[in-house]
Amino acid sequence: MTLATADTPAPRGLAATLAHARYVISDNPVTGIAFGMFLVLVVCALLGPFIVPYDPLASDTAAALQAPSAAHWFGTDNLGRDIFSRVIVATRLDMAIAVFSVALVFAAGGIAGIASGFFGGWTDRIIGRISDTIMAFPLFVLAMGIVAALGNTVTNIVIATAIINFPLYVRVARSEAAIRRQAGFVQAARLTGNSEWRILLTTILPNIMPIMMVQMSLTMGYAILNAAGLSFIGLGVRPPTPEWGIMVAEGAAYIVSGEWWIALFPGLALMFAVFCFNLLGDGLRDIVDPQRRT
Amino acid sequence: MHGIVDVTAQAAKTSEAPSGPLLEVRDLTVEFATRRGVVTAVSQVNLTLAKGETLGIVGESGSGKSVTSYTVMRILDRAGRIAEGSITFSGIDVAHAPESAMRDLRGREMSMIFQNPRAALNPIRTVGRQIGDVLLQHVQADARNVKEKVIDILKQVRIARPEERYHAYPFELSGGMCQRIVIALALACRPQLMIADEPTTGLDVTTQKAVMDLVTELTRERGMSTLLITHDLGLAAAYCDTVMVMEKGRVVETAPAERIFRDPQHPYTRKLMRATPRPGITLKDLLPEEPDVPPAPAENPLPLAGEGRVGAGASTMATVSGAGAVPLLKVENLLKEYPRQGAPSAFLSGLFGKKAPPEERIFRAVDGISFEVKKGESVGLVGESGCGKSTTSTIVMRLIDPTAGKITFDGEDISAIPAKDFAHHPLRGRIQMVFQDPTESLNPRYTAERAIADPLLRMGGMSGGAKLRARVAELAEMVGLPQNLLERFPHQLSGGQKARIGIARAIALDPDLVILDEPTAALDVSVQAVVLNLLEELKQRLGMSYLFVSHDLHVVGLLCDRVIVMRQGRIVEEGSSQQVLDAPKDAYTRELIAAIPHPPV
Repeated sequence: MTLATADTPAPRGLAATLAHARYVISDNPVTGIAFGMFLVLVVCALLGPFIVPYDPLASDTAAALQAPSAAHWFGTDNLGRDIFSRVIVATRLDMAIAVFSVALVFAAGGIAGIASGFFGGWTDRIIGRISDTIMAFPLFVLAMGIVAALGNTVTNIVIATAIINFPLYVRVARSEAAIRRQAGFVQAARLTGNSEWRILLTTILPNIMPIMMVQMSLTMGYAILNAAGLSFIGLGVRPPTPEWGIMVAEGAAYIVSGEWWIALFPGLALMFAVFCFNLLGDGLRDIVDPQRRT
Repeated sequence: MHGIVDVTAQAAKTSEAPSGPLLEVRDLTVEFATRRGVVTAVSQVNLTLAKGETLGIVGESGSGKSVTSYTVMRILDRAGRIAEGSITFSGIDVAHAPESAMRDLRGREMSMIFQNPRAALNPIRTVGRQIGDVLLQHVQADARNVKEKVIDILKQVRIARPEERYHAYPFELSGGMCQRIVIALALACRPQLMIADEPTTGLDVTTQKAVMDLVTELTRERGMSTLLITHDLGLAAAYCDTVMVMEKGRVVETAPAERIFRDPQHPYTRKLMRATPRPGITLKDLLPEEPDVPPAPAENPLPLAGEGRVGAGASTMATVSGAGAVPLLKVENLLKEYPRQGAPSAFLSGLFGKKAPPEERIFRAVDGISFEVKKGESVGLVGESGCGKSTTSTIVMRLIDPTAGKITFDGEDISAIPAKDFAHHPLRGRIQMVFQDPTESLNPRYTAERAIADPLLRMGGMSGGAKLRARVAELAEMVGLPQNLLERFPHQLSGGQKARIGIARAIALDPDLVILDEPTAALDVSVQAVVLNLLEELKQRLGMSYLFVSHDLHVVGLLCDRVIVMRQGRIVEEGSSQQVLDAPKDAYTRELIAAIPHPPV
């Protein structure tokens, strides 16, 4: 139903995107909040080491286990390190693990899924069985196994996180590509002499990018949680590197004795990040949903 | 809940008296909240529908005809609201009635038939149970006699073997049959008002006739009132008492059906009527008489710009003069078989020791047809859905492989080249296609310019730069697409503009043969008129041949020199357009022509 607005010239490019984003945010302020939270995370990740009041690694046993105060906002841990500084500095590592693993799984799972949906047949069967095999394991246990087998490094956490998210990307990309496989514009691209691979990369991929963006935002949250979880049980990042998962693990022992702040604040930071990406995913879904593009 | 039922029942009873109209809409204005502000979809609409009357609302897309009917049912989506006006349905104020009262009205007092019958039915419930659900919900039957009543209803909508069809799922039935089920659902509770929203769009003409005859007969029998929403003025005039023409949310004319055809008052009605294809006219007759609309490109022939193009144009022009001599495309004994759907696979039937007879396992979509298209000729391929015309065109297009047969294009046997390799074949650029749905055939993420440039980049040996831009601009000019629209995306363009992009893309490589797959089926009649004229004009200038695939004999007759009528994979009649339309030899062709709605002129 093209209403009377069809006559008014539509704004283009960046201006149109911004106008649409404004419309979505005004319709749902939560999306605006999510973008704000995301901005905070980005600033912490980029500028973290330069804005924190203390060296996150410097221990000061005289000031150990202090409760939150004006000098130490989040208190200090058992070695007297400032928890606030450690939480902020840890943002970069946790975000980096999430971003790289999501980028990796998007490249591998996204392309595999599109190929699977677009070509069908044997391609589909092989890729489908691979992702079924991954799905057959409890995912966190699989990630543990991969890190334990490949070695205890940050790179391997990234790879493990990417592998356990692979089936999710394959499925989303596969169904979206399969819908478009026989679309008129794909047929038209064939008629104009595009090869199948070129159609896949230049026609199908851009068209399913919006939905993939939503998927990426949602899995960012899982990726952070997964990385923190692996560190919590002692895999991956090693102390004294500031990382939310390790910090929660280190602080857990002190909760019983009343020093709750050591585990609480990194835990809250973790929650903040995961919450932010989930809200962002919902907001992005609204932005890309054609139903709302009246 | 009971109180409300009583109120509506009472209201229904009071309207039995022949006093007031069944439905009265006064000064209705409906607004939609969009991200670019509030849009008025319908403004100041008045309509009156008496008991037993049939009112047709006619208009092109965006005219507000569907919004009007949705508002009457109060099923507008979230963004829409009644800004002004009143709707009175047998004494009830629909605009302000509580939702619970509306729910009770819908289905029992007023019901609706939708455009796509298959989408309106629940795919995982048998049709019998779906009808039963409605009866049970509105206490028209109880668990014991529901099946009996449903079969009775199925009989009324002329479904053959109703006991068997009771257990059928929607996907097992044809489109026409599904629409009968939807009609059965709509009529199950004997409502007083039925709203039919484009009930036959997407159905074949013969099915359309059967469905419309059924609707008219059933509603007349029961003294029901009908609102028929359609874009087809001919259909409305043939089946309605009164016709209301809408344009851009306003009613421009309301008159009895015969009068609107004999003596249309409003210029828009006249324009619509002119644009409706009918026998005994030429393409030019479709266009509005006064050039107050933007001049169609047919009226301003441009000189061909660009050196290469002049040469190509001249050489093809030469062949046009010698048309009739050389066949450009020759199809011989073309055969395409598919495994029959639902038939057990060879493995399974082998396993259970049952062997299906071989002829039942195979479905012949195209059953050994032969025809020719000469240089500069346009040939129409006509038939109803499932007759094999689209399969034929897709094979000729070399997107799928035939089972058997030979296709010769300009002396070269192209059926020997597998479909998947044809994309790189030099002949690819010489056979092009215009698709049925202009929206669906454009990549939503390409601008108009990029879409037109695509074939030039892939096969035209161009790689961007000023030369490419000049060629795209020239093509846009040829199809009458304003230059300032070139950087827009498909969703920012109208249907007609998108159709022009599709045509520009198809002619970009100077093809010899263009296959037109119902290129105007998704367009409004006035846009269709302009596009058909554009196609004719381009053919004259570029000397292309057309293979026009369509179900509409009138449209085909206007554009084509020769017509081939297909049925069940075979050619039943072939001849010049005039001969086939005026003096059809085959009974099936006669049936097709008779089924096109004839307005009372």
